[in-house]
Amino acid sequence: MKRLLLLWVIGWLLSLPAAQATDMPKARRGVFALTNARIITVTQGVIERGTLIIRNDRIVAIGTDVEIPPDAEIIDCTGLEIYPGFIDSGTYLGLVEIRSLPETRDYREQGDLTPHVDALTAVNPNSVLIPVNRVNGITTVLTEPEGGLLPGKAALINLFGYTPEQMHVGGVRLMVLDFPSKGRRGPWDRRKPEDIEKAFRQAMEKLNEVWDRAELYARIDSAYRANPEKNPRPLYVPALQALLPVLRGEMPLMIKVDLAPDILEAIQWVKKRGLKRVIFSGVAEGWRVADKIAEAGIPCLVGPILSLPTRESDRYDKAYANAGLLHAAGVKIAIRTGDAANVRNLPYHAGFAAVYGLGREAALRAITINPAEIFGVDDLIGSLEVGKKANLFVADGDPFEPKTQVRYVFIDGYLIPMDNRQLRLYQEFLHRQPGLELHPTTH
Amino acid sequence: MLRANLLACCLLLGLTCTVYAQQKGDLFIRNGTVLTVTNGTLPNTDILIRNGKIAAIGQHLEVPDGIEVIDATGLYVMPGIIDAHSHIAISNVNEATNPVTAEVSVGDVLNPYDIRIYRALAGGVTVSHVMHGSANVIGGQNETIKHRYGETDPDALRMEGAPRTIKFALGENPIRVHGRGHNVTPLSRMGVEFIIRDAFQKAQRYMEAWERYEQERKRNPRAVPPPYNERLEVLADILRGNILIHCHSYRADEILMLLRVLKDFGIRRVVFQHANEAFKVAPELAAFGAMVSVFADWWAYKFEVYYSTAYNAAILTRNGVITSINSDSPELNRHLYHEAAKAIKYGGLTEDEALALITINPARQLGIEDRVGSIEVGKDADLAIFSAHPLSIYAVCKKTIVDGIVRFDADRDPDDMRLRVDPERPVELAIRWGDHQHHQRCLEGVDLIAFLTQTLQSVQP
Repeated sequence: MKRLLLLWVIGWLLSLPAAQATDMPKARRGVFALTNARIITVTQGVIERGTLIIRNDRIVAIGTDVEIPPDAEIIDCTGLEIYPGFIDSGTYLGLVEIRSLPETRDYREQGDLTPHVDALTAVNPNSVLIPVNRVNGITTVLTEPEGGLLPGKAALINLFGYTPEQMHVGGVRLMVLDFPSKGRRGPWDRRKPEDIEKAFRQAMEKLNEVWDRAELYARIDSAYRANPEKNPRPLYVPALQALLPVLRGEMPLMIKVDLAPDILEAIQWVKKRGLKRVIFSGVAEGWRVADKIAEAGIPCLVGPILSLPTRESDRYDKAYANAGLLHAAGVKIAIRTGDAANVRNLPYHAGFAAVYGLGREAALRAITINPAEIFGVDDLIGSLEVGKKANLFVADGDPFEPKTQVRYVFIDGYLIPMDNRQLRLYQEFLHRQPGLELHPTTH
Repeated sequence: MLRANLLACCLLLGLTCTVYAQQKGDLFIRNGTVLTVTNGTLPNTDILIRNGKIAAIGQHLEVPDGIEVIDATGLYVMPGIIDAHSHIAISNVNEATNPVTAEVSVGDVLNPYDIRIYRALAGGVTVSHVMHGSANVIGGQNETIKHRYGETDPDALRMEGAPRTIKFALGENPIRVHGRGHNVTPLSRMGVEFIIRDAFQKAQRYMEAWERYEQERKRNPRAVPPPYNERLEVLADILRGNILIHCHSYRADEILMLLRVLKDFGIRRVVFQHANEAFKVAPELAAFGAMVSVFADWWAYKFEVYYSTAYNAAILTRNGVITSINSDSPELNRHLYHEAAKAIKYGGLTEDEALALITINPARQLGIEDRVGSIEVGKDADLAIFSAHPLSIYAVCKKTIVDGIVRFDADRDPDDMRLRVDPERPVELAIRWGDHQHHQRCLEGVDLIAFLTQTLQSVQP
């Protein structure tokens, strides 16, 4: 009897770790009090040894003199720092799993003119890439389609949720326009300068033709809406229909443009077309024409920062320095990685921009409040303020420094498990069992 | 504009000729924080460089008369960074015409005018292992170069005395190029193994034939030698241990395969390149004495790197495998110090262990650890001077020194550091890199049109 009991106890003990292993860590909401923290609000200064209270999806209190609700789960943040969740202003995250495999690539649709397609549709909330990236404090990204002239609509998403709609932030969609270029497409591009110029002119003609039609379509549509009895309903043309909100100023136009001559052309084109809500993305040579961009008042999503200069004759660090030079000229900037698998490196893109002229404060703003303002969601995210969404993270130091560890991440008020496949592989293989010895069944 | 550019270049050429007239320099670096890598961190320390070598390290060293002094007060001095995987400074990367092309060498196509040498210097990199691409199972021979930017003789780039190395490549790339591209073996990882065994078997037969001939010649002066074959000569040198294998690989299974093949042919030394799944077979790699050179965090660009982890370098290091972090990219090689710092975040390596990933460890992998990779008396004066600790994001490389000569100076160099204007490109048009282009050159030169079509979507190492 005793032996039976002993066996039962041993059996029960052995079953424990197995039971825990199947206990998947899950994101959860509630009331959280992050206490004794250094709180970097971004918009309202730094609070030393402060407390931040999260209730459900919102930040409900911040300060040094905050009462902790009795139902709060207390997370002691002594020696730790709280930052607003970082925002990457240009990625393909959620739209691609393995870049070389077309079956896993959803950021490019057939044809040059597909403004009617929507990145949000193809966002895979269960992409293995998402948890790998968000544990570094990146809570929100712009995910964009590419290819052709008008590849579709980009969407602002949180890096947590079980459906694209749950991930979607503030309903933000941007129409993408990949502006024609007078530059080379890569070092391998050996086209003659006159051929490049010709291709540029042809692409501009095409763009203008599309836009003329879109403007006409908008007039027909407006007339119909004003008086459906009298005026004809516009024909069904999906591409032109999709451009209506852009022409009416309801949806921003995000123009992907990098080289100085292209930027100048784009500024002229925007002016000519009378477009009010325009954002530039990429802007690799923005520094060459920074004053012109500032004058046009167009905000820029700059990056990737960890990138090569566009010309061999340029100083080696121009790609790092670009963001700082644009900022100094008075351009409103945010920073983008242009990546999917390694969006986690956004803090380092910002760090390089910081040290090569942008400065730490401005670099921090370029991945928090600035993109929130540019995308029109600064009432929701981008800083630590009462009433804003609880998109934030807790780190043991300066998040721009590679050695800093992120301890907690909250997205939309959910405390996110600090878990992903890369970490699991580490835990499994650091001390592999069996090590070198052969398994009993193999010999 | 064009004329102005040309004029600037002529002026620059004149300037560089005077600056780089001597091959090996004398320098005195005063009062820096010296990160020796092999002997800890030395505060407020001077380094005396004589004739391109480190002559003395210590506090309050006597300054010899007439020597150029660099004041490193408040600065950090580290060994010149070594990139164990690069494709800069060459005009071709792949000889993608056969699964085995041991006979070719990238050392034959060195290009000292490549601006990317200078840009690497600007990231503190002084030595690159310039490799053949990954199109072939047994690719061409590589070249270890020093970044003596300003020299225009290709031979001046070679690191004299560096051991010979050769590129192998397993997995998707040779399968795609030869199996899928040209309907020849290999079409699978089984075929890749056969290609290597087949090549080594043929090399053994070749060696035996020459040995028989050498024996016979002693008796018979009119003995007929076997036909000379350059490819088999090189393969035979691999079998003799005269050429070190650097093998592009990703998956654990193919890494184990090569270890078995090498064991069967008595080859003891190998370095696995990329090796995103090396962490899965770390005990086997350690037991073999194999070394591994990895990316800090690149993954998911193709299927064979989907099951990757940024903790790869840390797992390998903790299992006793000599590990380095490389670039394989003219962009990444400019911030290898930053890539190394990620190994502190992902797996908790110490600062010295992280620095070793880009200095002494790649030196060991290239067989040049007696010359470079740490700051020690007697070693080559290849040094990088940073504004802050190089593992900090706030570090900026200020000066890079090769053989005692300052080859990069952030404060003094003009913006345009080209050595000449390419006559085929009289008008300099900017390159629009876009988002996907900063990565790879490993497959460059493979069926350019098809490659570019794919590249626009996916560039893969």
